[in-house]
Amino acid sequence: MILDVGIVFGRVLFVMLFVLNMGGLLGWVERKQSAIMQDRIGANRASIFGLRVMGLFHPIADAIKLLTKEDFRPARADRFLFWLAPFVSVFFGLVAFASIPFGDTLRLWDREIPLQAVTLNVGVLYVFAMLSLGVYGVMMAGWSSANNYALLGGQRAAALMISSEIAIGASIMGVIMVYGSLNMQDIVRGQGQYFLGGWVPAWGLLTQPLAFVVFLTAGIAATKRAPFDMPEGESEIIGYFVEYSGMKAGMFMMSDFLETVVIAGMTTALFLGGWQIPWLAADGFHFPWGATATLPHLLVVVLQVGAFVVKVSIMIFVMMLVRWTLPRFRYDQAMRLGWLGLFPLSILNIVLTGAVLLLFGEPA
Amino acid sequence: MRLEQRFYLVEAVQGVVLTAGHFFRNMGKHVAHALGRKDARGAVTIQYPEERRPYSPRLRTLHRLVRREDGSPRCVACMMCETVCPARCIYIVATEHPNPEIEKLPERFDIDLGKCVFCGYCVEACPEDAIRMDTGILEFSSYSRRGMVYTKETLLSLEPAGADGRPASPVPIPANRTV
Repeated sequence: MILDVGIVFGRVLFVMLFVLNMGGLLGWVERKQSAIMQDRIGANRASIFGLRVMGLFHPIADAIKLLTKEDFRPARADRFLFWLAPFVSVFFGLVAFASIPFGDTLRLWDREIPLQAVTLNVGVLYVFAMLSLGVYGVMMAGWSSANNYALLGGQRAAALMISSEIAIGASIMGVIMVYGSLNMQDIVRGQGQYFLGGWVPAWGLLTQPLAFVVFLTAGIAATKRAPFDMPEGESEIIGYFVEYSGMKAGMFMMSDFLETVVIAGMTTALFLGGWQIPWLAADGFHFPWGATATLPHLLVVVLQVGAFVVKVSIMIFVMMLVRWTLPRFRYDQAMRLGWLGLFPLSILNIVLTGAVLLLFGEPA
Repeated sequence: MRLEQRFYLVEAVQGVVLTAGHFFRNMGKHVAHALGRKDARGAVTIQYPEERRPYSPRLRTLHRLVRREDGSPRCVACMMCETVCPARCIYIVATEHPNPEIEKLPERFDIDLGKCVFCGYCVEACPEDAIRMDTGILEFSSYSRRGMVYTKETLLSLEPAGADGRPASPVPIPANRTV
């Protein structure tokens, strides 16, 4: 009994720490990656006893600085909602990762431990529910600041969220049709199949390429970061957090990073085969040219969890590349892209997927 | 716009490929640098406090008062610089010079660098070539306005910059820097 509770806590703790640390580390990744992309070196001055470690202490220095800043609240701001908004924003960013599987079932001491914080039959819907709820924090911040620019930012965030969420929801319909489940673990297991004579893994990227492009674009829009940063819009309105200072502003930045991790995790689970490694089954490698390599169960699980982490990191890298490459969209351009570009494309994808499934038999 | 430009995706992918190319090329150079190839540089930027770009010899930097051979200021307190200064940042109090050959001597010669615009008119106006702006010192700062006022003693102690434009004397820190 106590062991069961401990296992549940362990699963939740793993996901929690993974997302939190990734989110914290992304501040460093963003600085360093953008610097190297732009032929610079990036923040490298924070040091402890002369030790710099490539600027890895900068997130700690930032956190200390933000925590010791004055916590300012405008006189006319709504006291309760102004205080609540950053917590709502961060909370839903943190819990959204819960139903994303980071590994297959772990068999330990006659127990079967699903490597997933929560085993949900509607895992896909849960992630989107949490991501959409995250925008409430942004809207609360915009409204309660008693600042028209903040209000504009909040409204833009809501409009952007609707136009991107619809495209996200419609684009993963194709994935759900192919793998026949709303359970994230089942979708990942479905991607462990192969086609073309066992050579090519049936990852979502290959079975649903159009959905992948639409999902990634809309997912980047859902994180509210450039090129879809019109809720923030540094160059025109400062955005929904214009009146926030100290760690509360830091929490809004943090929630952007958390959403990036969640979208990267979603993309990995739905399109990049989650924890799947090509030709790695539960008992070892089965290569299509006939060779096999038997591996112990624990090593297989560790490899799979490692593969998931690597894939998520690659997706985060790609999203950072996009964020530091493309110029930002204007508000109306983003709306047009969402409603007239991504949404019809995802509907087209559903129709195409349905037609292919109807013509070529059973779901893969 | 051509057709493929109207589809934003193609152009976006081209841009991402370009920046990703920069990332991996620079990353390779950083790794080579860390492994001992010190000529490989992943960045084109100058790492400022350690590295500096060469300064032009004509660059106007922190002022200094030129000394006579006995160490007293060459300045004769004629007030030309104080008069010409557009920022009105020079304050001179004149006194008698013990040598009757020399007309006057500044008892005080303060420059408020918080006001100075570094136009160099004081250098041009000086009939005695007693003030110059060739120390090469750029990094003077203070926590207060009062700390930006540099006195005669400080300005007299400065040396001209070396041939490479580097400052020859350390950055002077006024005693009342934190006032």
